Amino acid sequence: MKQYVIGVIVSNVAGVLSRVSGMFTRRGFNIDSLTVGETESSSFSRITIAFHGDEEIKERIFQQLKKLHDVREVEVLDPHETVIRELLLIKVRNKPESRQDIMTAVEIFRSKIVDYSTTAVTCELTGETSKIDAFIDLLKPYGIMEMCRTGLVAIERGENCLNTIP
Amino acid sequence: MEISGAKIVVETLIEQGVDTVFGYPGGQVINLFDELYLCRDRIRHVLAAHEQGASHAADGYARATGKVGVVIATSGPGATNLVTGIATAFLDSVPMVAITGNVPCDLIGRDSFQEVDIVGITMPVTKHNFIVKNIEELADTLRTAFKIAKSGRPGPVLVDIPKDVQIAKTEFTAKAQPVIPLPLSLADDDKLREAAKLINSCERPYIYFGGGVISGKASKELTALAEKIDSPMGCSLMGLSAVPSDHPRFLGMQGMHGHYASSMAQDEADLVIALGVRFSDRATGNKQRYAKNFRIIHIDIDGAELHKNIGADLAVRGDIKEALERLTAMVDEKKHPVWSERIAVLRKEEEEKLSAAAHSHEKDCGNCTAPCSMAGIPAEKRLSPYAIIDIIGKYAPEDAVISTDVGQHQMWTAQRYPLKKPRTFLTSGGLGTMGYGLGAAIGSAVATEKTAVLFTGDGSFGMNLNELATVVSEKLPIVIVLLNNGVLGMVRQWQTLFFDRHYSNTTLGRKTDFVKLAEAFGAKGIRCTTADELEKAAQEAFSCGEVCVIDCVVDCNEFVLPMLPPGGSIDNIITDIK
Repeated sequence: MKQYVIGVIVSNVAGVLSRVSGMFTRRGFNIDSLTVGETESSSFSRITIAFHGDEEIKERIFQQLKKLHDVREVEVLDPHETVIRELLLIKVRNKPESRQDIMTAVEIFRSKIVDYSTTAVTCELTGETSKIDAFIDLLKPYGIMEMCRTGLVAIERGENCLNTIP
Repeated sequence: MEISGAKIVVETLIEQGVDTVFGYPGGQVINLFDELYLCRDRIRHVLAAHEQGASHAADGYARATGKVGVVIATSGPGATNLVTGIATAFLDSVPMVAITGNVPCDLIGRDSFQEVDIVGITMPVTKHNFIVKNIEELADTLRTAFKIAKSGRPGPVLVDIPKDVQIAKTEFTAKAQPVIPLPLSLADDDKLREAAKLINSCERPYIYFGGGVISGKASKELTALAEKIDSPMGCSLMGLSAVPSDHPRFLGMQGMHGHYASSMAQDEADLVIALGVRFSDRATGNKQRYAKNFRIIHIDIDGAELHKNIGADLAVRGDIKEALERLTAMVDEKKHPVWSERIAVLRKEEEEKLSAAAHSHEKDCGNCTAPCSMAGIPAEKRLSPYAIIDIIGKYAPEDAVISTDVGQHQMWTAQRYPLKKPRTFLTSGGLGTMGYGLGAAIGSAVATEKTAVLFTGDGSFGMNLNELATVVSEKLPIVIVLLNNGVLGMVRQWQTLFFDRHYSNTTLGRKTDFVKLAEAFGAKGIRCTTADELEKAAQEAFSCGEVCVIDCVVDCNEFVLPMLPPGGSIDNIITDIK
């Protein structure tokens, strides 16, 4: 099983997210992460879906996505030709004995402290999934109070684009 | 001139070439029904007894004509009652537009009276669906709905219209038809050349076709290919009627209850040419075993069907008619004398097995307590299912459209009825909807104005027999042939074979008198227990000009054979019940 990342351009209309995610549920495909946001044109949104599967499952997902009326463009992104990022916000207990270790981790991972109080420190980190996972692992011993991550967004390197022009 | 949303709906339907709609009124479509009343000389509304019946009628109308079937229902329960009909159309790729009313926009999401999120509910069983909250978008949304319903692989589309949008007014201009010519999906030339190469080098070709050949209007092209490459043909349930049942190259339906000859021929082939099919589990049996002996060429208009259920050696996406035309031009004319001989042997074996099976099963009902009331009728006089179908086939007009419900009677009809022309066999193949048939028969009778025949069982008929009221009030030429065995025969058959004869809840034992029931609805009812009686009843039914229910008493121990057990394959084919 391999991870695939698919970029989907959809019409920015009500219900489109249900249609896309509903297709995954109905056909029994599992989603690792799904992110959605507006594109440069307000008529279109871009959905980035990450999932684990084999070549056959990938092809079936691709074909089923293409069939949806609101889907304008689908592309399976080549991991070598794609910039993939995720954003993490993580709140860790701020204790005198671990404060310095947290600061070191933040510095090494090029994370940023976005909120600081006497009892908690909140960090922001962007990067590929593996980097985020490693950062979380590192902070675990200090007491993670709360965290959220966005799921993947991905864009192709070079001038290749997922066109939004129908 | 400014007109109301309700009027826009009716005007757009007329603009799209719709002459008939099926439906049922209610609070949130009352404005729309007012416009239907005002336009009753331009568009016919057929009032059903239940929204489900209306949806099956729209489906039957579409299957019998190839045009888009239209059904209208109110919000809430009216809309949810459509769901089975929409799902039936979706699974069998039938073009349909379902229009539902909904509560006014400002009441949506507040659990208002008769409010339901029908767009959410039908999302997985429609090709696409819409809720129109802005009257300016109403006409174009409906036009798009029609376009989606009939383009590519057809399917149902639902348009939900809140009441305030039906009341609001805006400018409307009708557009001349066709609004947008449908794009034709052309098969890749290189792939067709590759297909031709595979066909030219094979020795035992077998064509497996499905409903795509009917919706793609490719019957002529199909038989042309079969002739040129000297290939036998078999089909899925949905493919029936694409070629005449007595076509010399046609071996009949394949699969779970398919003909012995077609299932065997497919297994012995070295190349299966699959046209407009989706390799349903009912047509292929066990998928791991299915294609052990042959290569597969798969042509279908829906790219998502390629490699979905069965991995093809060569998969071509494209319009079937156009692809077949080009493919046939590319292949060499061939003769396969050894293969043809083998096919003839298989046909002969089938006949032998059939007659052996017919004589094998218990005909002595002495101690049987099943409710099929066979006791007292001498074995040789009893009505066999095939005899019923043969007799009806003999007296029904040639152009009659045949509908079925779901179960044993459906399979017997599929195996046996002498079909002549495409779009004359309407059955719920994918969803297997018991209760589909009467609605479908109504739709086909309305569409073709010709005699419709419904083969049904006492189980299926019970589900939607309220539509008899529709048939009688619309004076539709429908003959209902009820294979009445007092049990849910298909499930009972499985219980006999796989569940140690535990007849859990399949013995109906109802006291329903179908003759009186027919009469209560204003139809004619005739009960038959012997072939002679049925001969007479059939002659009368097809000439009396009345709606007729022929209640045929059938032995509950009759089985549909052959049978590939569920999950099994051709290796496990059952041709005889011991």
